[in-house]
Amino acid sequence: MSKIEVGTKEIIEVCDGNKAVAYGALLCRPDVVSVYPITPQSAVGEWLSRFHDEGILDAEVVRVEGENSSIGVCYAACLLGGRVFTATSSWGLLFMYDGLHFVAGYRIPIVMTNANRETPGIFTIGNSSQDMMSVRDTGWIQINVEDCQEILDSVIMAYRIAEDPEIMLPVMICYDGFYLSYRKEPVKIPRQDDVDHFLAPLSKTKRMVLAPEDPRVYGIPSFFPQNEGEGCTEFRYKHSAAIERAKSKIDDVDIEFERIFDRSYNGQIEQYHTDDAEIILVATGSCVGTARVVIDKKRQEGLKVGLIKIRLLRPFPKEKLGQALKGKKAIGVIDRSVCFGWHCGHLYMELKAALAFEGLPTTVPTRNFIGGLANLDITEEQIERAIELTAASLKGDAVNEVTWLSLE
Amino acid sequence: MRIRGKYESAWYQAGPVLGRPVGDWRYVRPLINEAKCCRCGWCYLFCPTSCIKEEEGHFTINLDYCKGCGICATECPVTAITMIPEEVE
Repeated sequence: MSKIEVGTKEIIEVCDGNKAVAYGALLCRPDVVSVYPITPQSAVGEWLSRFHDEGILDAEVVRVEGENSSIGVCYAACLLGGRVFTATSSWGLLFMYDGLHFVAGYRIPIVMTNANRETPGIFTIGNSSQDMMSVRDTGWIQINVEDCQEILDSVIMAYRIAEDPEIMLPVMICYDGFYLSYRKEPVKIPRQDDVDHFLAPLSKTKRMVLAPEDPRVYGIPSFFPQNEGEGCTEFRYKHSAAIERAKSKIDDVDIEFERIFDRSYNGQIEQYHTDDAEIILVATGSCVGTARVVIDKKRQEGLKVGLIKIRLLRPFPKEKLGQALKGKKAIGVIDRSVCFGWHCGHLYMELKAALAFEGLPTTVPTRNFIGGLANLDITEEQIERAIELTAASLKGDAVNEVTWLSLE
Repeated sequence: MRIRGKYESAWYQAGPVLGRPVGDWRYVRPLINEAKCCRCGWCYLFCPTSCIKEEEGHFTINLDYCKGCGICATECPVTAITMIPEEVE
């Protein structure tokens, strides 16, 4: 595509998830971009560097020696009022682990994308949600998406969420590495004017800026009126309250996004054929697309089954899930990661906690299905099997609480 | 709920902090032997807290900020700096 075309009119380009990320970041006009390459995310940095080289990305592109530095560059720039963008995956995400805490604790509105990939230890270069799940307690807002269009749109929405004065928190847009990072599909690239219009409210917000006449010191609660412990406690509380506020903000931003771009992702969770459903399948990420096909098929066979796609992982949409699952008779959860110490998947553990929080009956049978680790496909057959086992548990058959689909 | 601070996180104005002495955990202090000092400024360059200053041909140490790390004494090419223990008053 010629560089003149980008943003002047809405175009449809067949591109992969990495390029969709780069387009999303480009259209939000970041001031500073620092991306260290790692499979399967490398093309994000390559595309952004190319946009910069072609003169369409007016940003400072900082080359660094690792992810620990890229997050450092970004948080310094963002702390001083800049709009920043970075991207990573797996080992890179873990190499910036201290940075993730810094950023969240300082309440810096960084937007980052993470191409989900297996974590070190059992060396694989393949997809799973293990990396994304292992940083879910760092205080970031985490959104996991289903397809390439949703990646681009979520990056644009992420700035509205992160930089909102009521939120001021970093947002991580997670997308399945390999499946989405390399899958090419038609993606609508919005007009620059529309994105500018969508992000315009942020220009009114008062951000901290680099002001030598009013120097600031960050991150040290010992200057709190009382003492360090009380200061830390108060800031933790405020952080936790802010991430709770993000739930409704994500819904609101989604509605506003739909008004301008005519696309919606239903905010925190999406329900698919759930109204009259007795059995509910819960999933997140790229396998939701496959699950939709299976749900359609099972519906044709007369089974009252529905699907809930979880977009928002942090904060966890427990209220929305509570409403959606009220009165349902059996729940199956598909997980692409392993929650050590609970011997189940992360999403399953989170969902069980949400059910208890929302006061739903614990007698409803819930079953967990772990699959798709290290780039194994979560196949239609496996999802059918998951639905069958969940339905069997409803009938009272003995079904293991956790089934490892690929080991059956 | 008791909320006391006006900020959402630890974003303080640095004014009161900038003048705050931070050398109080020092247990040894550098002492410059004026007779041996060759005025090379090596200690001034190496000091991580920038608390060494040149004044009228002499190098002086601002003990409000010196933490007693001893880098100046180690790096001094003519061993003009010795670290002496702080005494309890």
